[in-house]
This record gives sequence, structure tokens and C-alpha cells, in this order.
Amino acid sequence: MVGKRVTKIIRIVGLVVFAAVVAAPLLLGSAYLTTSAVLIGIHAIIAVGLGLLMGYAGQVSLGHAAFYGIGAYCSAILTTRFGLPPLAAMAAGILVTGLIAIVLGAPALRLHGHYLAMFTLGLGIIAQIVFNQARGLTGGFSGIASIPRFSIGRFTADTDAEAYLLVLAVLAMVIIMAYNLVNSRPGRALRALHESEIAASTCGVDVARAKLQVFVLSAVLASVAGSLYAHFITFISPDPFGFGFSVELMVMVVVGGARSVWGPVAGAALFTVLAQFLQKAGERIPYVDALDTVLFGVVLVIVVIFLQRGLVSLPDRLGLGADHGQKQGA
Amino acid sequence: MSLVDQLLQYLLTGISVGLVYGLVGLGITIIFNATGIINFAQGEFVMLGGMIAVALVSIGLPLWTAVVLAVVAVMVVALLLERLAIRPLRGASVITLIIATIGASLVLQGGAKLIWGPEAVKLPAFSGETPIRIGGGGINPQRLWVMGVAALGVVGVQLFFKYTLIGKAMRACAINQAAARLAGISAAHMVRLSFAMSAVLAALGGVVLTPVALMQYSQGTHYTLTGFLAAVVGGLGSGLGAVLGGVMLGIVESLSAGFISSGYSKAIALVVALIVLWWRPEGLVRRRRP
Repeated sequence: MVGKRVTKIIRIVGLVVFAAVVAAPLLLGSAYLTTSAVLIGIHAIIAVGLGLLMGYAGQVSLGHAAFYGIGAYCSAILTTRFGLPPLAAMAAGILVTGLIAIVLGAPALRLHGHYLAMFTLGLGIIAQIVFNQARGLTGGFSGIASIPRFSIGRFTADTDAEAYLLVLAVLAMVIIMAYNLVNSRPGRALRALHESEIAASTCGVDVARAKLQVFVLSAVLASVAGSLYAHFITFISPDPFGFGFSVELMVMVVVGGARSVWGPVAGAALFTVLAQFLQKAGERIPYVDALDTVLFGVVLVIVVIFLQRGLVSLPDRLGLGADHGQKQGA
Repeated sequence: MSLVDQLLQYLLTGISVGLVYGLVGLGITIIFNATGIINFAQGEFVMLGGMIAVALVSIGLPLWTAVVLAVVAVMVVALLLERLAIRPLRGASVITLIIATIGASLVLQGGAKLIWGPEAVKLPAFSGETPIRIGGGGINPQRLWVMGVAALGVVGVQLFFKYTLIGKAMRACAINQAAARLAGISAAHMVRLSFAMSAVLAALGGVVLTPVALMQYSQGTHYTLTGFLAAVVGGLGSGLGAVLGGVMLGIVESLSAGFISSGYSKAIALVVALIVLWWRPEGLVRRRRP
């Protein structure tokens, strides 16, 4: 065991480094860095929601890329075709994904664990077909271009730095909300549910309802992230919203650690950077994406066998963990 | 071609594809009964069966040798998967097992692309490509192969479970593992056997289907999903139900490809399956003893 003072110092150093990393894209003014940071933030918003679903409701979704895509397409279509303000388009996306999540989740979550995983896989495949086929609406594989930047009233996130601040603000709200949820009465119910569904239901927890609420919340967060993405990149096509990205999101959450709020954020940062690195490498190595897929698969199997709580549990395992008032996932 | 002939042709195509979905669903059911796991890598066995057979033919092996070797190779892959990803997780939660089998499917899918590239490949037809005339239309003889092999697989599995000692032991294990162990049945053995059997079924489906439907590294996911839906539409746990569910899905897919839109046909089949499950979550066939 390491002494308490040392762990305190490690925590403070950690916070300082964290603050420096978050501020770096703004201070250094590098366009590449800022773009990466915005993408990390967007992915982290989805990952936190997916983490709640996986870590607290004990369910897997293989369709979060579809929710992300539906949010993005709602924003793109409603702002470019119908001239709606971005905020209204985002709200419409939330409504649509929320409804789809309820329709899909209500029957699946009354059944066993693997039903939601398969239903969401089905949603992912259907969504991908619709994105590609409904050319009149989505532009087919050539997609939708010249989507406006995000704006609220008179504030428009014209520069990348402003977009970064916007995404950071949304992410901060999502993290605070996740913390509140985890430590609230429904959060405790969810954790009980993960330990033992039978025990939880005998204690009066409406198991199916609690799971459905988390599923809908996580779908809606993915949709919000999708809207932010569409307004940041200003061009969308079906490509980024396929099965591959659903898997990548799952890898982020599992590797980061599903049973904590920060785990998925760490996973999102790690794998977004890794994906960009691999994309650059891909210009020289053929089929680098296939290598990616193999790597993700191996990492998933290894993590579930050897490191079930993910990367964020490493400090605890090495004896460096601070004694949280509330042990995550305990 | 008259409408009736067209309908007949779509039905036959649907039944042959659907029987392969049924084979995958049957494999999913066998593993589920033995372990309680839904194997998300099941569809990859179909893909691997087809891809390996094509690769073996291309290095000059005779078609039949290639077919047999491909099926055996996929069985070995399934046993490896069981050893490396499933056995270390004995007693883990459902979500952990799902993630592990998804991980395994990614390895197989990515590996297939690394080895064989992204193109769709085709196997020579088993007995020529001259269509057999039925009414005003024709049917590719390979479709008959698909139906024959799939039907043989399904019947074989049923007979195996009903009449052989090992089959009975597997059923005993599915009903009550502790009691089966007391009777001297090795549960670990039965799990291995279930993986081997379901891999053989899926690989057979892949091998016979590749001459008519082409095969590509990415197609496993589709077979996993349709196989699972076939299994649950049929009432998870029932082998015959899985086959019926698969045939239903295949027919819906083929009819909607013919009469509505080929682009949306797979989506339509999935939506129909989801609606059926919404209406009857326990499946169409009431579950009996496995």
C-alpha cells in the first residue's frame, strides 16, 4: 500500500495534468488538435450514456452508431431542407431516437440480456440500409453537405475553438447528470439490478422500467452527439454510422471501464486518438481497418477475462486508488 | 413469366436461403441449450465455411475435398474459440459472455479480410449451372443442393438428439446440468461438442450457399442476426422452431426483394421478425423440452 499523502499528491498532479490536457487545444491553437478534441468530446458524450447502459443496467447495445446517425441526419435534414434552427433540429432528433428506443427497448428489456443486443444490432443494420437507400431524404451514399454550424440564438460556434467549448459544455453537463443518476435512488436501484435482478425486483425495483429508462437516455445522448457532429463537420454520409462504429463505442466503454462515469470518457479519448493514428497509418498499410477489427476483438476478450472493470480500475488494482466516499461499482 | 411462376421462384429462393438461416439458428440453439450463451460469432462460421472452401479450390484442390476440409477447419476454429474465449469465463454474467463472443466475431471478421481481402468470392456450383425448369421459370440446381444439405443437417441433428447416447447426454445437460453431472456426464465435454456441432452446421450452410449467394468477409454479422431472429421467432430452445423461423425470414426477404424493393428486402425481413417478437416474445413455437 502507498501512503495517503502520496495518493493525495498523485490526485492533485492528475487534476493539473487533466486540466492542462483539456485546455491544450485552445491554448496551442492547432487545428488538428482542436478537431481531435471535439471528436473525443462527441464520442465521450455517447460513451458516458452507453457506459450507464452497460455498467449499470447490464445491457449491451450494438446499435448506438444508429442513434448517433439518426441524430446527425435529423439535424442535417431539418436545417438544410427546412431551415430549422440547429437547436430545434437537435430536439427533433432527441424525440425521434427517444421514440425508437422506447419501441425497441420495451419488448427487448422484458426479456433476457441478449435480446437488446440483437435488437439493437438489427436497428443498426436497418438504419444503415435506410441511410443508403432513402436517397431523396438522406442523399444516399453521397450524403448531405453544407450543414450550418451550431448556433443558439445569436451565438454561433463558427470557429473550431467555439465548437470545442460547446462540446465541452455539453459533455460536462452529461457527466454531472451521470454522476447524479449513479448516486440517486434510481441509480442505486440500477446498481442493485446489476448485482442481482431477482433481489432487486423483490426489493420493489421495477427492473424492466429502470433498464428502459437508461436505454432511452443513452440513445438520446447518442443522438445529441450526432447533432453536434453534423453541425461540426458540416457534411455527413452513412459511413461513420455503421456497425463498425457501434463496436468501437462498445470497445471504448469496456476498455475504459463501464462501471464508472470517467471510464467511458477515458476510453473515448484513447480510441479516438488511436483511430486517427490508424487512419494515417492506413494510407501506407493495406486493410489497416481489418487489423483494427482484429485488434478490437482481441482487446475485448482480454479485457473481459482479465480486467473486468476496465482501465480506470488500474490505479485501484495497483494500490494507488484514493478512497472514494462511494466506491464505484462496489 | 407469369405471376405464379415468379412467385414460385421467389418462394424456392426464399426457402433455400431461409434453410441456411435456420441452420445458423439451430446452431445458436444448440449452444444456447448447452451453455446459456448466445454466440454472436455464429454467423462468422457461415462466412468462414464459404471463404475457406473458395480459398482451397483456388489453390487447386478438388471441389469436394475443399468442401469437407472447409467444414472441418471451421469446426477447429469453433473449438479454439470455446477454449480461448468461453472456457475462461465460466460463471461470468450474460453481458460479459456477450462481449466475449462479439470480440471473437470481430477477430474472425477482421482476420478474414486480412487474409482474403474485401471482395466477394464465388465457389463453383456443385452440379453445373443449367437451370432446372419448373413451370414457366427455372431454378438453379445449386438451390436444390442448399435445400437438400440443410434438410439433411436438420434431420440429422434431430435424430442425433433423439436416438444416440451422446445426444441424450447433451439433452440431459441442457435440462439440468448438476443432475447430468451426477449421472457421470461431463458438462465441459458437452459444451465443446455443442460448439463443434453448431460450427459444422453453419459451415455446411456457408459452403452450399456460396455458389449462389457469393461470400464476403463482412457477411457473418447478417447471418448471426438472422440466425438469432430465426431461433427466437421459433421459440428459443427449440431446434425445429429455429428452422421454421429461418424459412419464414428467408421467404419474407425473397418476396420483398422480388415484389417491393431489393435494396430494402433485408430491412423488411428484420422489421417483420421484430414485429413477430413484439407480438409473441416467446416465439411462434411453444418451447418444449430441449
